Amino acid sequence: MTATPGATPTIVLVGHGMVGQRFLEALAERGLTATHRVVVLCEEPRPAYDRVRLTSYFSGTTPEELSLTDEEFIAAHGIELRIGDPAESVDREARTVTARSGLTVGYDVLVLATGSYPFVPPVPGKDAEGCFVYRTVEDLLAIEEYARRRAATGVVVGGGLLGLEAAGALKGLGLAAHIVEFAPRLMPVQVDDGGGAALLRTIEEMGLTVHTGTGTQEITAGEDGAVTGVRLSDGSELATDMVVFSAGVRPRDQLARDCGLAVGERGGVAVDAQCRTVTDPRVFAIGECAQAVDGRVYGLVAPGYEQAETAAATIAADEAEFTGADLSTKLKLLGVDVASFGDAHGTAEGSLDVVYSDSRAGLYKKLVIGRDGTLLGGILVGDAEAYGTLRALTGSVPPVAPESLVLPAGAGAAPRLGPSALPDEAVVCSCHNVTKGAIRGAVTEHRCTTVPEVKKCTKAGTGCGSCVKVLGQLVTAELEASGVEADKGLCGCFARTREELYEIVLALRITSYQDLLDRYGREGARGGDGCETCKPAIASVIASLAPAIGADGYVLGGEQAALQDTNDHFLANLQKNGSYSVVPRVPGGEIAPEKLIVIGEIARDFGLYTKITGGQRIDMFGARVEQLPSIWARLVDAGFESGHAYGKSLRTVKSCVGSTWCRYGVQDSVRMAIDLELRYRGLRSPHKLKSAVSGCARECAEARSKDFGVIATAGGWNLYVGGNGGATPRHADLLAQDLSDAELVRLIDRFLMFYIRTADRLERTSVWLERVPGGLDHVRDVVVHDSLGICAELESLMAAHVAGYRDEWAETVNDPEKLARFVSFVNAPDTPDPVVGFVPERDQIKPDLPLLSIGTRPADDVMEGSAQR
Amino acid sequence: MTLAPETTEVKVRLRLDEGWLTVCDLSTLTPGRGVAALLPDGRQVALFRDRGGNLYGIDNRDPFTGAAVLSRGLTGTHHGRPFVASPLLKQRFDLTSGHCLDDDSVRVACYEVKAA
Repeated sequence: MTATPGATPTIVLVGHGMVGQRFLEALAERGLTATHRVVVLCEEPRPAYDRVRLTSYFSGTTPEELSLTDEEFIAAHGIELRIGDPAESVDREARTVTARSGLTVGYDVLVLATGSYPFVPPVPGKDAEGCFVYRTVEDLLAIEEYARRRAATGVVVGGGLLGLEAAGALKGLGLAAHIVEFAPRLMPVQVDDGGGAALLRTIEEMGLTVHTGTGTQEITAGEDGAVTGVRLSDGSELATDMVVFSAGVRPRDQLARDCGLAVGERGGVAVDAQCRTVTDPRVFAIGECAQAVDGRVYGLVAPGYEQAETAAATIAADEAEFTGADLSTKLKLLGVDVASFGDAHGTAEGSLDVVYSDSRAGLYKKLVIGRDGTLLGGILVGDAEAYGTLRALTGSVPPVAPESLVLPAGAGAAPRLGPSALPDEAVVCSCHNVTKGAIRGAVTEHRCTTVPEVKKCTKAGTGCGSCVKVLGQLVTAELEASGVEADKGLCGCFARTREELYEIVLALRITSYQDLLDRYGREGARGGDGCETCKPAIASVIASLAPAIGADGYVLGGEQAALQDTNDHFLANLQKNGSYSVVPRVPGGEIAPEKLIVIGEIARDFGLYTKITGGQRIDMFGARVEQLPSIWARLVDAGFESGHAYGKSLRTVKSCVGSTWCRYGVQDSVRMAIDLELRYRGLRSPHKLKSAVSGCARECAEARSKDFGVIATAGGWNLYVGGNGGATPRHADLLAQDLSDAELVRLIDRFLMFYIRTADRLERTSVWLERVPGGLDHVRDVVVHDSLGICAELESLMAAHVAGYRDEWAETVNDPEKLARFVSFVNAPDTPDPVVGFVPERDQIKPDLPLLSIGTRPADDVMEGSAQR
Repeated sequence: MTLAPETTEVKVRLRLDEGWLTVCDLSTLTPGRGVAALLPDGRQVALFRDRGGNLYGIDNRDPFTGAAVLSRGLTGTHHGRPFVASPLLKQRFDLTSGHCLDDDSVRVACYEVKAA
């Protein structure tokens, strides 16, 4: 069958990978899909997907989520996408391509985007059962299936980027994983010996076995033809059940060779600066199958995208060229940051290295500096935080001494260089080659006011995503500079920020929300009822300052009762079916057997589900509103206090067992954790506060993932601030070292009060620390060096809090009037909410969800299209 | 629970098909907070009082989660109209019409409420 080329010219794209898809988008952007018939021949059984993130399949990303192809886009532009139908031959004279299905398509323009294939070294046994490559979704599915079915050990041949990812994946599948790399270090292309050493230690600590400087000589197989081992060039043998080859890729140029197109010496279809093949002006080649005009075959996606743009522009008769690209990369490999950029290996004549290396922390940072001080390139292992700024500064003389760019905070590093220091021509997003100037233009000329808008407008940040942080900072800076007043008001009711409102409440001793709203709210909001955003935020400010401004310290006293979120209102945590959970405070995670028994008895008597929390305490779930007072009466009786799990306030101070029991401990971390937890309990803050104390540098309490974390040293305590777990983990930064007990407490007092004073609502310390101008250094200046002269005030505010603390639950259970609100129904105080039901699971209870979906309202009352199920 | 003498206390009443149902004393309603009431047929109503003293009643069940919790949400004013935000996933409901402000297709039932 032959498709006849009609009056509309035809573009045939061979290959639908990342670069192919980008080429289609570039065609559509230039209107070429409207004027041309576009036919795509795709070999894989699925349309283009994100191969860069392939490994994320093993951490739960589905192949569908990896897809880059929007069916609507394909349909809307009339693109004929033929999945699972690869091109088999090209007849350049007749200008036709024939696919495996037998379809022959005539073309006016042919674009090859066939990508590359994995290189498998020609060792005996390489085709045995249990040998795999690591390139496509199908490869991963096969590896997963084989690993689960019949493998306990896996060997990965190749210690480059993909090899490490593959080894991590095998380990994640429960296999003992080995990496065999011929070069003397891991990731030989990206890092030097020093970086490789830092990487090696970290990788080995993860439990992977690495064999560098060793070749693979033979794959041995058993009688059933399945892999049994790998023989290495040093004569040793590794027993293994499977082998994954990840020894690099080669351009996939066979189709081009077969039709007589010129290819490079080491493969790759030779193209000119317009990505047109040097042999045939009607044929283009882009991506990993092409040898660019500089003689290189680019294996990164960013240059491939640029080539796709270039080819599309050339077809549209626009001027564009691709002459070469930056090979900078930043990766998160098995959780380790690895980045290299510019002249990473210092090949330029006369270049000098600035190196910071900390083997214990797995850190290695090298900058390559030219004779005139120009930053030429660098390598970062273990911490690539500065990558975005450094890469953009490459080619210029940095505004500060180079060593200060690689030294860690607290060791004499200069103020972290922000994106404002970058020149306009600096490339911020290297995936889409977007400069700082273009991003500024999106804000000033295209009137974008948010990061998502800028991403849509410029495509910056939509590739690997590593520049999104810098992007956000640039957008904010540009908005401020161009006078586009971003409304920083707390909500629709207040035009002022939380920080400003805090200052007003403190200075004028305002103790009433309504008073504040009527005097300082937006015009239209005065006299109204406020909203669900500002009410709890103001309640929190008033509660933080209660002793200092003379407000009721009880969060449910008077008007404050109406401002609290339901959790604070019932002093418990609302769960999905309308029941609550209860968490008594267990300071430092230390609890006597008698108290454990009380918790067990209460949970048993009330039929509650119990779970140990991450903060070293016990959560009891499934309490109905009307049960809370009786549960707490017993808890208070046994000496328990509220754990404030429901509040934006101090949660727990975790601890390891410390020097009392542990043979490594250098300080009594449990005592310190208890002291801190008791000192700051009940402190209302812009968001929850978590803390931990570790008794030695082994850091078993994970203090550096906390808002304020304390780690014992032989000389006292180190204080770290601004850490976070959750969706955006952040290691806390060192604020001060070797503190005495008193110094530590005083510094935490100041830090917390400064945070409470200046943070936005629901802004954790980690975000706050990065947002406040000057960052950590500014905060250190304020709380350590008292640069603003406010430390005495911060300390006295904290002292007032500590002196004024009362247990909310004790106060509640002893006051019948306060207890009256703990009913499901105001007109039937003894009736439990019938919607709250439970069913058994693993010897405990769980919410009865199916019951929840049965409507109880009469049919005519039920609204159309409601979400009621 | 302390009960004031019925003769002096103003009551909150809710209109049902069968007539007015007395629910509670007006003084039990804190401005800006809600309470839940159980109807004879098993339905639940969330009752609110705003700072101006106006009373509102809507179905207590959060249509997005199925839990009977709307009475425990925070109230507020949006473009001059009173609303409650569900304490679970924070969708807001107009207290006078029951319309969800964050999803046009969703509405909860409304009740007429008076103090007498």
